Amino acid sequence: MITTTRKRFDNAEEIIKCVEKLKAKREKKLQKKSVFVCVGTGCTAGGSRKVYAKFVEVVKNKGLDVAIEKIDDDDEPVKRTGCCGLCSLGPLVKVMPQGITYSHVTIDDVEEIVEKTLINGEPIERLLLTDPITHKKVERLEDATFFKNQTFYIMNEVGTSVFESIEDYMARGGYLSLAKAISMDKKELIEEIKASGLRGRGGGGFPTGLKWEAAYNSKGDIKYVVCNADEGDPGAFMNRTLLERDPHSVLEGMIIAAYAIGAEEGYAYIRAEYPIAVEMFNKAIESAKEYGLLGENILGTDFSLDIHVKEGAGAFVCGEETALLSSIEGKRGVPRPRPPFPAQSGLWGKPTLINNVETYANVPKILRDGVESYRKKGVQKSPGTKMFSVTGPLNLTGIIEVQFGTTLRYILENICGGTSNGRKIKAIQIGGPSGACLPEELFDLPLDYDTLKSVGAMVGSGGIVAITDDRCMVEVARFFLDFTKRESCGKCVPCREGTMQAYNILEKFTQGKATYDDLETLEYVAEIIRTTSLCGLGKTAPNPIISTLKYFKEEYIEHIEGKCPSGMCTSFKKYMISAEKCKSCSLCARSCPNGAISGERGKPYVIDQEKCVKCGLCITKCKFGAIELVG
Amino acid sequence: MLTRSFDKVEKILEKYEYKKEMLIKILLDIQHEYRHIPREVVNYIGVALGIPPAKIYGVITFYSQFSLNPKGEYTILICDGTACHMEGSMNLVKVIEEEIGIKPGEVTKDLKFSLDKVGCLGACALAPAMVINGEVYGKLTSEKVREVLRNIKERKAE
Repeated sequence: MITTTRKRFDNAEEIIKCVEKLKAKREKKLQKKSVFVCVGTGCTAGGSRKVYAKFVEVVKNKGLDVAIEKIDDDDEPVKRTGCCGLCSLGPLVKVMPQGITYSHVTIDDVEEIVEKTLINGEPIERLLLTDPITHKKVERLEDATFFKNQTFYIMNEVGTSVFESIEDYMARGGYLSLAKAISMDKKELIEEIKASGLRGRGGGGFPTGLKWEAAYNSKGDIKYVVCNADEGDPGAFMNRTLLERDPHSVLEGMIIAAYAIGAEEGYAYIRAEYPIAVEMFNKAIESAKEYGLLGENILGTDFSLDIHVKEGAGAFVCGEETALLSSIEGKRGVPRPRPPFPAQSGLWGKPTLINNVETYANVPKILRDGVESYRKKGVQKSPGTKMFSVTGPLNLTGIIEVQFGTTLRYILENICGGTSNGRKIKAIQIGGPSGACLPEELFDLPLDYDTLKSVGAMVGSGGIVAITDDRCMVEVARFFLDFTKRESCGKCVPCREGTMQAYNILEKFTQGKATYDDLETLEYVAEIIRTTSLCGLGKTAPNPIISTLKYFKEEYIEHIEGKCPSGMCTSFKKYMISAEKCKSCSLCARSCPNGAISGERGKPYVIDQEKCVKCGLCITKCKFGAIELVG
Repeated sequence: MLTRSFDKVEKILEKYEYKKEMLIKILLDIQHEYRHIPREVVNYIGVALGIPPAKIYGVITFYSQFSLNPKGEYTILICDGTACHMEGSMNLVKVIEEEIGIKPGEVTKDLKFSLDKVGCLGACALAPAMVINGEVYGKLTSEKVREVLRNIKERKAE
């Protein structure tokens, strides 16, 4: 429980003093005995909230909550921390001051951890995580290769950040940048962001400074700042992680942006599918208001700002900026042609600045550590770091932060520790439904906006999905088109009809009914959608098709020739009943929805391949394992 | 004919000060309250906010969070995002169908369960995943899905 009484800051000096005090306290807190339990979405699904409750209970029963000295009223011996990024190993628990970290902790381990590690400082061998790269047990989170090979810039203090507490954020230097920004001339501030070379993290990579400048130059008494947290890409969850683990960094970025362009009202548009993120951001707004960092006369100046949270209601297209704006206005989220750009005419026709969650989170850090330190990371044209969510059959999966210019191979092998099922990775899907599938030859390319663009891919929001060689690339393309055709808003014809037609052709491929003519039509349709759609969703929707046709054309051809090389498309397979194993119980025949199975008592049953719709129901019904799928 | 009391709707409208631009939030609250958006409520808020019902239907059918038909007491969202799809989430749909007898988009007759396929739940590191009433279940197998559903069924029997 946060019990501190908060007093409004009336000027910049007050906050600087307060931060100094909080910093010293935080350091002291980390030097003494305490337990941090990760309650990010990944760990929560693994039961970490129960683990947290158990720790509180055990610590109380042993009287440790009294025995351990407290630095201040908020200093509980058991704390909840935001997502550490290593979601596949959750629930994660970190014991201070040694920093000993345990993975896959269950409530049955709590007693032992308190007894041995918290009280006596001894590690428990079996709960330590095994580094998949060095194959050694690691005691501290920071020593695992997964973390050592990343570059933390916006994801600082992994494992010990107390996400609910504004005081913890300030103890890490938070809101100092706001104090600095507010004393600066607006133009000077925008110049600094321009000089940093920060580019939009939402996908396109547009220079942030230029966006700010355009909004600043737009004439109008009312202006808005908007945070785009409508992370709808399947396979991406870094925005959610950021909002859940450090909502104040995003909020501070928004406040600074609002000051720079002269806005007095702002909106954070967050997906309703992310309830914890919505809750965290609302809490962050409340506590920032108590300190006078938001609301009327911020830090005693005449700058006032109000920020509201708007929940999305489940429409992928709302991630497109003009669609997002109409959704905030309470309408259908349908995009409109640009220009005019939102910087000229956005929300309710007023000049509006829209940036992504991660972009905003970078702003306070850049002002705090300086442009030079920021530009040292990454590459010339894409400076800084980027968060990626890495998933697929890899040893370690979760959220990572690396410098721009890092290669895919480095991420797969040196951070995630290679595949977990011993198979070869044949492709990487990057950037979600607007992204592309890249083959192994391109794994050594540096990841940055311009290089990816040159090979027909994009950073997108930053989802990386590893695809092993037992997966079918045509099916991957079909999967994405199924997604975009459902999510197309229907306003423009090329996207609405085109994605539907492209999907139908892809389905013919996976069902084994495609011809060489279909291959040609598919290429043609993809090109039409790309060049004639209204918004980003349509323009990038054919990317999964174009990239798989470019790098995995042989798989399409094999499908025409009657074979799915990975064996994933079941249409190419036959369900067969083994004559030896069949006990002629007739269970399969009775369950077959199409009446394709027949037989009589005492003789093995047979499947009529003409009638079989390959639903696979018979396999699940057979008690003797007599039905097989043969390719 | 049944007449509905609009007290709850009125409270929600008051909370958002009858503002037109709050339509989506109002609908989210109504969806949460009734587990769907009843047609007579659409007319009611149309009059209250001064928005033609046709526009409100436009909004309701546009966003996947809203539904005009009631959802179950337990809403099962099975993830079909990239990572989950690759890990075989569609096989789990079959398992759920066997267990409770409904396909995606349907509701059980007793209104206990409803099943929907969703784009991405952002729990990709735990693929394949599903969410039941806000609780995330990850790294699912057929057995695990059966176990979860059976536990819920038993819970209501108590």
